[in-house]
Amino acid sequence: MATATPEAVEARVVEALASFGPDADQVTREATFEELDIDSLDLVELAQIVEDDYGVELKGDDMKSLKTVGDAIDLVVARAQ
Amino acid sequence: MPDQTEQRDGAALVTGGSRGIGAAIVRRLAADGWAVGIGYHAGADAADALVAEVEADGGRAVALGGDIVAPETLDSHFSTLEETYGTVLVLVNNAGVTADGLSPQLKDEEWSTVIDTNLTAAFRAIRRAIPPMLRARRGRIVNISSVVGLRANPGQANYAASKAGLIGMTKTVAAEVARRGVTVNAVAPGFIATEMTAELTGDLLAHIPARRLGTPEEVAAVVRFLVSDEASYVTGATLTVDGGISA
Repeated sequence: MATATPEAVEARVVEALASFGPDADQVTREATFEELDIDSLDLVELAQIVEDDYGVELKGDDMKSLKTVGDAIDLVVARAQ
Repeated sequence: MPDQTEQRDGAALVTGGSRGIGAAIVRRLAADGWAVGIGYHAGADAADALVAEVEADGGRAVALGGDIVAPETLDSHFSTLEETYGTVLVLVNNAGVTADGLSPQLKDEEWSTVIDTNLTAAFRAIRRAIPPMLRARRGRIVNISSVVGLRANPGQANYAASKAGLIGMTKTVAAEVARRGVTVNAVAPGFIATEMTAELTGDLLAHIPARRLGTPEEVAAVVRFLVSDEASYVTGATLTVDGGISA
């Protein structure tokens, strides 16, 4: 299992989100999922990736409150502590 | 037949696959080139014999034993198939049990065992199957419901609830995943000649417009269609295979 340093998580989350469609340079911490056209199923996939890589389990309620890429990164880092 | 059929990437899982309708589905999917996991609970002999039969015909199959009411059993089935053949791209929730009785006499245990096996285990299998299907951008889920989920059959309140539940679950999950190329459908067989219906006799046939029981192969043919690439725009549907009894 990978170590969940903030840098590592950010790189992994950005990579995963970019694989769902948007250009990697659009996927900044401030970018909202709405702007990136990342939908709820994309976030389910992201949750699966994060669980596989870091052992962090994100539930439906956790995902609902996420608005930006930074929100997702911060949540994963916090949960991995 | 398999010799001429191209092998499909990935795997198919058919729960309750060793006998009856499930076994017919296994044979059909294997003949179409799928590597098929045959889920079974009782009857390892039947499952092993079916594996041998499929392999003799040039197909691929593996017997996967265990009670799917235990969540770890399903997870183990998926893991085995993933390690051997790759992503499970086809899930057929076929395992089903009955515990009949008129409602005033149905015991809690008879209620829960039917709901747990027929509905809850099917949901857990779907939940386990979907994430890899989403990543693959394709997948086929077929839930074997029953005509009893559509119309009354006194003595089967528990079975009817589980089978109607499968239809409702089918529609909602279908809508959730449709934009990823994953389809979810239900098949509602009527009275099919299997061990489960062996004791049904008498004037039943008079109520079936086709005047006969169906065969497991007639159900498997519809499952095969729903699993096929041609059925890519069919999702959330319930197809009846019942000789007209629900018409």
